[in-house]
Amino acid sequence: MKPGVNGVGLAPSRSRALRWVCLGLLTIVLAAAAGAAVGPVSVNPWRALLEILDWLPFVSLDSGLNDTHAAILRELRIPRVVLGLLVGGMLGISGAAYQGVFRNPLADPYLLGIAAGAGLGATLAIIAGANGGAAYGVEAAAFLGALAAVGTTVLLGSGSVASLLLAGVAVASFFTAVQTYLIQREWENFREVYTWILGRLSTSGWSEVLRLLPYAAAATLVMMFFRNHLDVLSVGDDEAATLGLRPRRIRIAVVLAASLATSAAVATAGLIGFVGLIVPHGVRLLAGVSNRVVLPLSLLFGGAFLTLADLLARTLQSPAELPIGVVTAFVGAPFFLAILRSRIGRTA
Amino acid sequence: MQFKSRSIRSTLARPAIAVFAALFLLAGACGNAGDAEGAATPAPEPAPTTTAPVATTLPPVEYPLALTTASGASLTIEARPERIISLSPTHTEMLFAIGAGSQVIAVDEYSYYPPEAPVTDLSGFTPNVEAVVGYQPDLVVVSYTPADLAEGMEAVGVGMLEFSAAADISDVYDQILLLGEATDNTTGAAELVGSMKSRFAELLERIEGIDPDLEATYYHELDSTFYSVTSDTFIGSVYALAGLRSIADEAEDAGGYPQLSAEFILEADPDLIFVTSSTPADALAEIAERPGWSGLTALQEERVVILPPDIASRWGPRIVDFFEFVADALADMS
Repeated sequence: MKPGVNGVGLAPSRSRALRWVCLGLLTIVLAAAAGAAVGPVSVNPWRALLEILDWLPFVSLDSGLNDTHAAILRELRIPRVVLGLLVGGMLGISGAAYQGVFRNPLADPYLLGIAAGAGLGATLAIIAGANGGAAYGVEAAAFLGALAAVGTTVLLGSGSVASLLLAGVAVASFFTAVQTYLIQREWENFREVYTWILGRLSTSGWSEVLRLLPYAAAATLVMMFFRNHLDVLSVGDDEAATLGLRPRRIRIAVVLAASLATSAAVATAGLIGFVGLIVPHGVRLLAGVSNRVVLPLSLLFGGAFLTLADLLARTLQSPAELPIGVVTAFVGAPFFLAILRSRIGRTA
Repeated sequence: MQFKSRSIRSTLARPAIAVFAALFLLAGACGNAGDAEGAATPAPEPAPTTTAPVATTLPPVEYPLALTTASGASLTIEARPERIISLSPTHTEMLFAIGAGSQVIAVDEYSYYPPEAPVTDLSGFTPNVEAVVGYQPDLVVVSYTPADLAEGMEAVGVGMLEFSAAADISDVYDQILLLGEATDNTTGAAELVGSMKSRFAELLERIEGIDPDLEATYYHELDSTFYSVTSDTFIGSVYALAGLRSIADEAEDAGGYPQLSAEFILEADPDLIFVTSSTPADALAEIAERPGWSGLTALQEERVVILPPDIASRWGPRIVDFFEFVADALADMS
């Protein structure tokens, strides 16, 4: 597949790209506002806004909210909205990066064994900590498991794109086998492991956000830095080499950055499927295929999408919660198919 | 709160029902215990005097004995079982409590109570038919039955006594009496049920004495991701006996064990919080650190109860111990 003459030919005009980025930012703001305003407990939105403004430095307002509602906003709802933006953004941009690196539309952030590695780590921590273990242990173990799986895949399979993918499949199978064995041995912990697998944006105040933030920032910088290079790579390794690029190094750097972002996201929120696959594709269908635009837009729309999906997860069965992975797939798949159909109709 | 007044008054204020239930219990122990539907009303009797009727030794069970198991299958036990395998921790507890312990040759890996139970590496969740048959059992007691186990046991001609999870406390009594009949321990079973009922009655009396108009809510936490129980579950029905209402009842659309949202728990502000953990100090510390929880009434008034995990998840004889935790918590409230 060689679209265009070179990577530059893929890019939309600067003003069009800017328009999309503005739209993405607007979507983020709207999604965050909706997430903050709506929840299982009804909090007056106007007072909620005053309360949030009150947190700003040099601003002192009396929102009139009672202590419980103020605590719900400050400790639960707003951190959760921000975590949704971050996790969704990381899954979106990582998915876009993986698809760019592997030139494979089916690539998603869990391709190289992250899901299986994180799953095994979380399972081990849940079983070990079943008697009074803290949530932070699960998070750290999932993060280490994800990095171990991706690290193994990259070390053993980094010869070519195909060998990397195959190594990813093998590593994932191995980690999943160990996890399945453990769950079936320790079935009393099954519900907890299963809940984790389905994904959940649970927060203990701001600590999850703060833990995820440094990884998210570093990985995003690396991926954004290489987004133009990915366009050049899409033309072919030899052509890229004649332009002075080193395709293999770029690939490894992007894969590692995307894996770091995904591992951190998965560690805090569990295995939320579908976002990393569908958001970048939706972006490509709407705004064009250049990674210059696809990466930043996947970051923005991924965050907005997950925040809105979490809004549904929190409220559809209120005061019970739905697993967010169910919502992302159930709502996202038809939405994606609708975009796909309308695009096919237009180009045919 | 209506629920409380209904459950407590209807059981305590009507001694006729209690007497009837006591008689029925005796009849059920002699006859077909599996049919003891009428004992559905928890039957607290005047406490210390109730030991008298059950002290009578009941006649031995005559074999072959025909029974109907939980799945509706009919089971014929040819002779008094002497090599019983229990793959259900709850029923292991029941077997030992009714005096059938000496007939039990092996129990599953989680049946670690009572301590004298012969724990093996048999799994109650993924039982291996060959491993079970290898013990040459003459009766296998299960509360979970994968298809291949049922087929395997039928193929080798070993009787399998299958129970389902209890829906309420009367199911517990029925299951104990049925086990007593199946294993020829009818006297032990009737005594156990009698003593459980009288302990329940004492505790109910204590609760009634605390404050008859108390309307308390509770949050029973299954794990740290806020899975809880509604009053429709077995454990919820036991809380309801004490007049307590689960905050999870508002989420009953999501089933008996809904995952509650953190916001809702703060808003509902339950009077009592019950958490299962085998390391109480760690659990209390973890709970106190949760965002927003320091403002909850139950934390401020120190009304967080840490329950040992198995007494709150099994429907065996120790369910009375669980009820005592509940009664103690209510006593502390006033």
